[in-house]
Formats: sequence, C-alpha cells, structure tokens
Amino acid sequence: MSLRWSAKAAVLPLLLGACQVQHYQSDFGGAAVEDRQFLALFWIFIAVCAFMYALVIIFLLGGIIRMRRLDANVVETGRHHESHPLMRTTLIGWTVLIGVGLFALAVASFVTDRSMAKAAANERLSVTITGNQWWWDIKYNAADASKTLQTANELHLPVGVPTRILLDSNDVIHSFWVPSLAGKQDLIPGRENDITIVPRKTGIFRGQCAEFCGVQHAHMSLVVVVEPYADFIKWWDHQLQPAPQPTTPLTLAGYKYVTSGPCSACHNIGGTSANGQIGPDLTHLATRKSLAAGTIPMGEGNLYGWVEDAQSIKPGVNMPTVGLEPDQLHAVVAYLETLK
Amino acid sequence: MTDIRADAFDSMRERERVRVEEEERRLAAERRKIARDGPKLKGEKLAARLDLAWRRPPGIIGWLATVDHKEIGRRYILTALGFLALGGVLALLMRLQLSKPDNAMIGAERYNQLFTMHGSTMMFLFAVPVMEGVAVYIIPLMLGTRSTAFPRLNAFSYFMYLFGGLMLWGAFVLNVAPDVGWFAYTPLAGPEFTPGKRADVWAQMITFTEVSALAAAVVLVCTILKARAPGMTLSRMPLFAWAMLVQAVMIIFAMPAVALCSSMLISDRTIGTNFYNAAEHGDALLWQHLFWFFGHPEVYIIFIPATGFVSMITETFCRRPVFAHAVVVLALMSTGILAFGLWVHHMFATGLPRVGYSFYTAASISVSVPTGLQIFCWLATMWDGRPRFQVPMLYVVGFIVTFVIGGLTGVMVAAVPLDLQLHDTYFVVAHFHYVLIGGAVFPLLGVLTYWYPKITGRMMSETLGKIGFWMVFLGFQLAFFPMHWSGLLGMPRRVYTYPAGLGLEVPNMLSTVGAFVVAAAVGLFVINGIWSLYRGVIATPNPWGAASLEWATSSPPPVYNFAHIPVVESETPLWDVDGELPVVTGLRVDEKEMLLTTVVAATPDTREPVPQATLWPFISACAIGIVFIASIFSPWAIAVGVIPSFIALTAWFWPKELKRTAEPVIT
Repeated sequence: MSLRWSAKAAVLPLLLGACQVQHYQSDFGGAAVEDRQFLALFWIFIAVCAFMYALVIIFLLGGIIRMRRLDANVVETGRHHESHPLMRTTLIGWTVLIGVGLFALAVASFVTDRSMAKAAANERLSVTITGNQWWWDIKYNAADASKTLQTANELHLPVGVPTRILLDSNDVIHSFWVPSLAGKQDLIPGRENDITIVPRKTGIFRGQCAEFCGVQHAHMSLVVVVEPYADFIKWWDHQLQPAPQPTTPLTLAGYKYVTSGPCSACHNIGGTSANGQIGPDLTHLATRKSLAAGTIPMGEGNLYGWVEDAQSIKPGVNMPTVGLEPDQLHAVVAYLETLK
Repeated sequence: MTDIRADAFDSMRERERVRVEEEERRLAAERRKIARDGPKLKGEKLAARLDLAWRRPPGIIGWLATVDHKEIGRRYILTALGFLALGGVLALLMRLQLSKPDNAMIGAERYNQLFTMHGSTMMFLFAVPVMEGVAVYIIPLMLGTRSTAFPRLNAFSYFMYLFGGLMLWGAFVLNVAPDVGWFAYTPLAGPEFTPGKRADVWAQMITFTEVSALAAAVVLVCTILKARAPGMTLSRMPLFAWAMLVQAVMIIFAMPAVALCSSMLISDRTIGTNFYNAAEHGDALLWQHLFWFFGHPEVYIIFIPATGFVSMITETFCRRPVFAHAVVVLALMSTGILAFGLWVHHMFATGLPRVGYSFYTAASISVSVPTGLQIFCWLATMWDGRPRFQVPMLYVVGFIVTFVIGGLTGVMVAAVPLDLQLHDTYFVVAHFHYVLIGGAVFPLLGVLTYWYPKITGRMMSETLGKIGFWMVFLGFQLAFFPMHWSGLLGMPRRVYTYPAGLGLEVPNMLSTVGAFVVAAAVGLFVINGIWSLYRGVIATPNPWGAASLEWATSSPPPVYNFAHIPVVESETPLWDVDGELPVVTGLRVDEKEMLLTTVVAATPDTREPVPQATLWPFISACAIGIVFIASIFSPWAIAVGVIPSFIALTAWFWPKELKRTAEPVIT
C-alpha cells in the first residue's frame, strides 16, 4: 500500500470503502437464501442492540450531567445509604426490558434457524467436499456412477437449486465458508457434517477455510461459480471428459513426464495413467480460475512459478519442489495448459 | 492379675491428672507472659513488636522464602504486567503484518507462533494471574486481616506461575514456541499433525498455570470465607471480595476440565494413547467440549474480578455505596453459574442437533441479564451520587461505553444463524477484545491507578493518567471497531495474510494504527508508574476518601497490615464511623497470628498461627517444575521426578510441634 493510498484510506469513511467492493467474499453478498436470512436477522439484532446501547449511553450521560447537584445521596450529605425513590422501579423496568428484548431476539433467532433447516430439506444436488491441508477435494455425487465427478478447489453450483454439501476431512478440522452464500460448517475427521445452500444470484464468489488448520490456513480458499442450470450441466459434462491428448512434441514431452514422473504419485489426470489420490485432481486444471487453492490466479506465469517451486509461493505446502530441468519445466507447463 | 491391672489404671489416671494440671498451670503462666495487643500494648511499642514478629529474614533467601501476601501480590502484578507487555509486542507484530494485503514481512510459520503466543500469554500469563495478584494483595487488607489463608501455598502458586511463563517464553526464544493456537484443537495439535515439541510446550504451560491458578483460588476462597474482620457479615462484604469469591470458586470448577483435556493431549502425544484420534475410535470433538467447558468460564474468570474493580471505584468516586448491593451480588453469582452452561456456543459450526442449537442460544443470551443488571446498578450509583471524574472513574466510564458494545455483539454471536457467519472471523476478534480489554483491562488500569497509592505510598500523576486514558480509549476504538467491519467483509481469524481486492485494506490499516496508539498509551502508563514511584505526591492512608478497610491502614501498609484488627458495623465502615474504627485485641504479638471468624456472620472464631517464611514452597515449585518440563521429553521424568517432589512436599508439610496456647478471643 503506497503512502498516498494510505493517506486517502485514512480519510475515506469506512462505509464508502466497503461499497467499492463487489461482495466477492462478504457477509453482505446476499447471493443465496441462507445469507439473505442471515442479513435479515442481522439487521433485526443491530436495531435492538443499538436501541439498548442508546439507553445505556443516555443513562450514563444523565449521570455525568447531574454530577454537581447539591442534593445528591452521598457521604458528604450523610444520605449515602439512601437512593432516589424511583430507582427501584426503574431497576425492575430495566430488567423487564432486557428480558423482553432478549426473548424477542431469541425467538427471531429460533425462527430463522428453523426456516433454514426447512430449506435444507428438499435437496436436489449432492456434493461431497473433503478438506485436506490445504486444499478442497470436491466430488459431485450422481446416482449413475459414471456421472460422478471428481475435481478440486473450484465449486460450481446451479442457481436456484438446493444443494446439499456433505463435509468430511482427511486430516485436521477445516471449516467450509463462502460468506456471500451462507454461514460456515466444520469438516471434522470421523464425523459427517453437511450444509445446504440455495444460490440466488449468479456470479463468482470466494470462500475460505475458517478453522485454523496449520501453516497454510490463510491460503486454503475456494472459488465458487454460481451459474444458470444449463451452464452448470454443460460444465459437469465437460469435466467428466478425460483429459485432452497432447498434440505437439512439447506437450507430449510434458505428458510423458507428468504421467511417469513424480507428479503422478499424488495427482490424478482422468484418461491417463496418472492416478494419484493425495493431491488435487488435475484433469481440467486449466479451466479453473486459480491455482493452489485460490492462492494465485491461473495463468502461464503462475503455473511456471508453482511447478518450479511451490514452496516459495505457499511455504509449507505438501507439494515438494521436484527440481525440474528448464526443458522439463517448459514441457510440463505446456502440457498442463492444455488441460482444458 | 486383676488387681495389678487396676493399679496400673489408677496410676495412669493419676499421672494423666497431674499432667493436665501441670499443663493448665503452664497455660495460665503463659497467658500472663504471652504478649498480646490490647489497651496496655498499643501505638509505637505494639508496632515495633509486631514488626519483629512479622518481618521476613533479609536477603535473597528471605526474598525467595517470603509468605507475605503483599510481596507475593506485588510480584504477581508486576510479572503479569511484564507478560502483558510481551503479549502486546506480539500483537503489534501481527498488526504490522496485517497492515497491508499479501504482506511478506512475517512468514506463515512465525505468524502462527505469534498468535498462539499472544493468546496463550494474554489468557494464561496475564489476565487470570493479574486478577489473582491484585486480589492476593488487596483482599486481606480489604477484609481487615493480617495474612491470606495458607500463605505458603500462595507463595508456591506464584512460583509455579512464574516458571510456567518462563518456560513458554524460553521456548519462544529457542524457537520451539507452540504454533497450534491458544485453543490447540485436536487433531491439529495431536502427534500426527504437529510432530516436535511445540504443542507439548503449550500443554505443559497449561499444567503450570492450572496448578498455580487452583492454588491461588483455594487461598482466596478460604481467606474470604474465614479471615474477614469481625462484624463483616457476608451481606456487608465489599463487592470486590464477592467478585473474587465467585471467581475463585469458578476456577476450582473450571480448571479440572482443562487439566483433564491437556493431560489427555500430552498422553496422546507422548505415550501413544488415542483419545483424540478419530482413526483409532477417539474423538476430535472431545477436546473442544472439555476445552470450552473450561474456556468459556475462563472469560468470566477474567471479567468478574473486573466488575469488582468497577464496583469499588464507582463507590469511592460517586461518594456512595453501589446501588442495590444485593442485586449486584446475585448477578455475580448467577453469572458464575450460567457461565458453565454456555460452552457449546464456541462449537456451533461443528454440526449440532437443532435442539442443542436452541438450548445453547437461549443459555448464552440469558447470561447478559445479570450483566445488564450490574450495568444498571453502576449507572444508578452515578445518577444518585456525585461522581468525581478522576482517572479511575474515567476508566469506569470507558469501561461502560466499550464493554456494553462487546456485550451486545456477544448477544449477536449467541444466535446460531448469526454465529455461523460471524464465528472465527474478525467480528469475533472485535467482540472479545471489546469484552476483555473494554471489560477487564480498562477496569484494571483504573484500579491500578486507584490502589497505586496503597501499594507504593505515592499517588500516580493525574495529568499523565488522563492523557493515557484518552489515548488508550480512543486508540482502542480505532484498533478494534474496524475489525467488526473486516469480519463482516469475510476476513477469517488466524490468517497471516489476506488478498487485495476484498475491501479489507482500509479496516486493517486503521486497526494497525489504533494498535500502536494503544501501545503508546500503555507505555505512558508504565512511565507514569515509574515516575510516580519517585516523584509522586506522598499518599495519606485514605487519599481518595474511600470506605473500605484497606484504606484504614497506612499507605503502604505495615508488614502486619493492621496494628489491631478492626471491627465492622456497616457496608461502608470508613464512612459510617467518626474517628477511629472499633477494634478487637488479644492477638499474639510475639508470634504471627491471625483472627479467623465464622463464615456467614463473621463472629470471632479462633486465633490461627500464621506460618513463618520458608524456602520449601520455592523448592517444591522448582522440583515440580522440573518434572513438568522434563516430561515433555520423556514420560519417565514423571516416575523419576516424583521422588524430589515428594521430598520437597514432605519437608514443607512436616508437622510442627505446636504449643497449646488456646484461649478465647477477647472482643
């Protein structure tokens, strides 16, 4: 952040700063039924809390303004064990007010919670997300096994379709959270969890792991694409295809290295002999918008950087620095770019 | 045969009768001989005799051996403030790292250590110990007695705390600091995902601090229930003593849960048990339940003493007792009880049955009722009284303005649909800093200013204090209010960096600037404290014109606290008695002795000898500390280390021959 920008930032009101962003990753996104219900309840709570806070501040200011009065019930006047005749009644009134206010908020919270549960009942799409240090394994479940789709780090959801996301973890506890769509839910090893989302707006959103999960917790994010149903089905069908065959000598060399070299021990590329299950699926890597679980945008330069030395981009990541020769690196990147 | 036996019985009886008679005569002689305070022994002559009996041996040995609650309390406070400074420096480093997006100043590994150390230091090495330290110093004075109960246990508790803190920070210097968060969730903190010693260091630091906190809690509970001045019935007891009673009882109930879960973690890590390993039919969530069963009450363990500070300051500076004393006491107690029924609200995102959601939402929301009542009572006291806005009272106003925001955001995160969005984001970071800094640190700074003259004999500078207050108050709002915003914009906690373009740049920069203002203000407070130690105005025994007994003795108090034990006839003794307080006499002056009274009515019960200074608590703490640290490296350390610990504790507890000097207390 440059000095000039900091100076500008300091004078800009907070609200203006917030209006400039596109709610890419924000509780104010309102892009799904769940987040809209959150927002409705949020503003009810804000209103009630603001009212209570105003009462406290008025009472406090009143106390400060009255400070110099002569008839105070204080030790200097010898009446320090007395108090204002109305104070007891006010105390009872205050207690009733707190009780009623809190009861109303509890009921509002309860009603919202149950309506969310109701929305979750009629799922039409089932996705399993498995947390790994520090990436997301995504599986689209289908009754027909040949339609089951495995991908990673980029979740596509059809707009308007209640989608149930089953959550599991391969290692430590993670938390699935796409603020613009819905609240979070933990991925806990040995436990089954789920969350249902009904997207309302198309667009691209960002999610991020919300439970501290180790060194690279900060770089465990997720791109969520909400698209019309037809586009979603098209995407699904395309992702089911095996990886395209290499066509040039360079990509062929890359293909050979990837499928026979160390890459294949961890990564799966559909339709090839690379079938490792430890790292993210790469079958259609180049169609994704980001690399390394949302750490860097997809692109040739970033692919070079990532394949050559992942540790320098995401220190502590489980992908080792293999030490490729320059010609191997060119070939591998060229091949990965064909995985559309 | 029969006759011989009867003879033997007779002669035994005879001997016994003679022995008893001799004992009676000896006691009668002693009674005439034993020096006691009273009408014949007062003033300077009495002070000299008491000083001789109560003074600890000089030199380094005496320094380590002391059992004087004032010395131990001072050490507790200063050590805790030292850890506050260290934890604060870590916070500044984190704020620097987060001041701009994609900052490369501090790496991921180091950052994770920083927030783990910051949280652990602030919770375990600053917040709880500083409250206990203030209480250990002030409570006996406020209750009108000469010592805490179990003064040696008190000394032991301080050394355990110090060693635990030194171990954690020593590990940080040696680059084996924990990096799994102050909450150390399993399985991340388990042996599979955090090999090495980092998580073990964290778990053993917990062991040290829980031993220390439990010991201090026992000392405080017994002191408050048994050592009050005659006439100080429970209903006349000052609100700070009430707050500490509730807090200490909470520690006794909460700490065993964390002792259990951290011991299970250590055994998972060192001897291969599988309590938290889901792959071996353990349960990852078990940790969270046990940890938060302690962790949530922990917040109130920090906050409740602070409400005691607020009550004492409000009373003194509004010139009248706190409105509705009984309501405040009941509010403290119900907070203490409700605090144990809320822990699941830290776990809403782990997937609970809906009925569980509703129950813990209702329980969490309901805890704001007693707190709301206390707020009302303080405001009513100001309204009814004639508040004087000196520095301690300014901190009370700052407390109300700030803490109420934290309380209201607490109501928000208690609602499940809101919490699922706000949980583990910067909104929650803002919430609990409003509660812990606004709710506990502001009152602490106020009360340190308030009791500074009692502890040091000099007043703190009012001008520097006022500048410091406004800096810390405004700096705090600047640092933490924008965090609500960054949380709502989707910034999760415990991330070492964040990408540009999410709208997080402005709030994070503001937070960083605010953090430095707060740091400057704390620095100013320290400068004020040191400067006033040498240049401050000399304090009279009761410089603020307060009502409670700690102001009835000189500033600083003599080593024996009170020449005669005062008698209390109202809630606000110093305001209701003209001239000298009535006293009881008859305590020994040649030996350390304190007066115990009954639990409820505080009528004189018995005279209790107070132990002399001794090195054994220090030696025991060393022996046990070595066991704790060595067990990080090998479980055999426990088997071997039991021996020196046993020897040290045996020497400490070795029964002393006690000459019977029983005699009713003269009132």
